[in-house]
Amino acid sequence: MYTIREALAGIRRAPVLTGLSAAMVALALFVVGLFAVATYNLHQALSRVEERVEVVIYIQDDVREAELRLLEEDMLGLPEVRGVRHVSKDEALVRARTDLPEFEELFLSMDVNPLPASLEVELAPGFRDPASVERVADRTAIYPFVDEVRFGREWIDRLHLLRQIGGIATGILGTAFAVVAGLIIATAVRIAIFARRDEIQIMRLVGATNGFIRRPFLLEGALTGILGGFLALLLTYLATVAVSRTIFPLDWIPAEWTVGGVAAGGLFGLVASAFAIRRYLREV
Amino acid sequence: MIELSHVTKEYAGRGKALNRLSLRLDKGEFAFLTGHSGSGKSTTLRLIHMAESPSSGEVVVCGFSSGGLGSHEVWKLRRKVSHVFQDFRLLPGRTALENVAFALEVTGAPRHEVEPRSTRLLAQVGLAAKSSLPVHELSGGERQRVAIARAMSNEPLVLLADEPTGNLDERASRGIMELFRDLHAQGVTILMATHDLELVRAYPDLRHLELNQGELVFDSHAVVAGEA
Repeated sequence: MYTIREALAGIRRAPVLTGLSAAMVALALFVVGLFAVATYNLHQALSRVEERVEVVIYIQDDVREAELRLLEEDMLGLPEVRGVRHVSKDEALVRARTDLPEFEELFLSMDVNPLPASLEVELAPGFRDPASVERVADRTAIYPFVDEVRFGREWIDRLHLLRQIGGIATGILGTAFAVVAGLIIATAVRIAIFARRDEIQIMRLVGATNGFIRRPFLLEGALTGILGGFLALLLTYLATVAVSRTIFPLDWIPAEWTVGGVAAGGLFGLVASAFAIRRYLREV
Repeated sequence: MIELSHVTKEYAGRGKALNRLSLRLDKGEFAFLTGHSGSGKSTTLRLIHMAESPSSGEVVVCGFSSGGLGSHEVWKLRRKVSHVFQDFRLLPGRTALENVAFALEVTGAPRHEVEPRSTRLLAQVGLAAKSSLPVHELSGGERQRVAIARAMSNEPLVLLADEPTGNLDERASRGIMELFRDLHAQGVTILMATHDLELVRAYPDLRHLELNQGELVFDSHAVVAGEA
């Protein structure tokens, strides 16, 4: 009870200092928040592109229905495969006429449909990397009626590389931003505790235990961090809305990220307080 | 109650503040500790309050030894040994009552007892009428009384006072001395550092210890014992 009362009293007694500390925490976490929005949207964009990764198996004209069904079932049995769609010769022609209207006359002049039937194999999430795609393509080698398999090897390789680079960059930059935010928060809390060093010394002087002295400061640090976290969340949301309305649409980050961000603020404040107060508990 | 045995305190680059100092204060004694600036008075009090550790030798206070009391346990000693200072060390911006109540709260006094006990302590030092005033509105002598009331909140066995009248005029100093005499009469052991020899001479019945360059050069008890 004393801990809560004293932590709130500490905030009330020095509202400017608490406000400045919370603002520093908010600005530090705001940068992290912007980075999180950028990372999330990049990840979403890559995922949307990856959803288009598929393996197209072109079938010879003389294939029997039963043989084709066997291949289809074989593909559906693979963990890498989410679905298989059969595209007949006629359907292929309709698509070509729709996609390539400039060749309409050429298509009309043909007596025979030259386009092959195919199976479009849609890959399951998590299996859209080059190795998985290659595995699915290789599987068709045992079927003699398969004419050709296409999956855009170079395109998938580049996409995979882009994701790897994105992952590494996110890890490095995210860690750097988090460390900088942590240092800023630690400094803000240190300043707040430095301003109250006399109080700590008097508490030591009259015989308060270290735990008793520490608890209100830890709670105050955590509350300042949480307040800063909420402010950072608000700033990040406003920035996201502003960019979405004026430059390009952005997705808002998932709810668990926002909870994590505010909790991180609280945790940073708590840990920074613990470190800052440690030195004063060794004095006097 | 207080025993220093061959205590040396040495600071890096500043030499020895205390040099093999030995002294003993029994329960219920009241002693002045005098000496020039830098003679080791404040260092002696800080060692007794275990704010510092001796470089060598041992300090034993109320059964607590300097060799066995860690920084995290020092609160046990502080609840038996109180300390008042020349600069009062009060919380600015808080009232006299809040300053005393703060000490009671942080040492775990039951909440319902805090205010009546603080009021009673302030009444004992003659500040009942000014308990609701912020300490910066009080005179030096009144602030020292608040500090003494706070020091008494733990009902200590020992009171250490470091130049408690150093910032006060003669009248206020006398008032503080009378308070100390009352506490002494209640059984509190008091060790008071001062450079005010006139004040010491005004109380010839009290023990007088004098330090010079970290060594005990005069002890009125030893003189009396020697004469006897």
